[in-house]
Amino acid sequence: MKFGVIVFPGSNCDLDSYHLVRDVLKKEVEYIHYTEKRVGRRDVIILPGGFTYGDYLRSGAIARFSPVMNAVAEFADKGGLVLGICNGFQVLTEAGLLPGALCRNHHLQFRCEQVFVRVDNNSLPFTLSASLGKVLEMPVAHGDGSYYAPPELLEELKANDQIVFRYTDQNGDVTPQANPNGSLENIAGVCNRAGNVVGLMPHPERAGEKVLGSRHGLIIFKSIISYLTGREVVRNV
Amino acid sequence: MQWKAKVEVTLKKAVLDPQGAAVEKSLQALGYDGVSQVRVGKYIELNLEADDRKEAAARVEDMSRRLLSNPVIEDYSYVLQEAGL
Repeated sequence: MKFGVIVFPGSNCDLDSYHLVRDVLKKEVEYIHYTEKRVGRRDVIILPGGFTYGDYLRSGAIARFSPVMNAVAEFADKGGLVLGICNGFQVLTEAGLLPGALCRNHHLQFRCEQVFVRVDNNSLPFTLSASLGKVLEMPVAHGDGSYYAPPELLEELKANDQIVFRYTDQNGDVTPQANPNGSLENIAGVCNRAGNVVGLMPHPERAGEKVLGSRHGLIIFKSIISYLTGREVVRNV
Repeated sequence: MQWKAKVEVTLKKAVLDPQGAAVEKSLQALGYDGVSQVRVGKYIELNLEADDRKEAAARVEDMSRRLLSNPVIEDYSYVLQEAGL
């Protein structure tokens, strides 16, 4: 089982993702430089958080044209698992690999705090170890995290069960107070139609050890590992 | 032939513009009564090489759609003129 973490200019959670996979989960992981034209033999690709290209123009807008992104798209197309965290989520929406867009937080503030998200789809490789409605505590750290989808797209997301995480209070109730950025319907994470690409604004990789205040993020990585265990299809793109 | 393109990128009407709302509030606080519908957008200026206006326009359209704007949330418009004018 092989993880890959993409390193764009301005990524900064690449180290956190790498550390979690190698030191906490004890799985094989390698960095993949943004100039690479191939992603190599991997099972999971992580697009980490950060501020690629200084978030110039729009968050993720420039990174999505990095050479490696063609390989990521091809990898996703072949069914490889792709996880976009925070800025990685923004890059995936800009690339059209995930639906919708992330806009400026509605209060214009950068938010760095612990939040609660509820698992609203637990049938994915990323969530199958969680019960439906499970509430996870994880940090957010972003200025452009307000999820938006036009009305017809929102209906499509609901019809196809593509809303994976919603911001809630700790009881799992969707409230305006629990929404840290003005996201449409408290949406914190979505998946593509096939369910092999997921993006979320909160940071599961920073919620994997007791010392960090929460270990709830592990459930996402443990889901991935149990999904892949026994069916180690190593893809080569 | 050198052309200058001036591209404006604006948030679609349906998308909330918190920057516009903050600027509007500030203008009102400064005493500018009757100010409303403030929207903050982006202005991008660039020079490009193209044989004629049609080719220049096609290239600006393409770059506006692919990179300068995000069609999910933004609209764009542009003006083209011969560079140096």
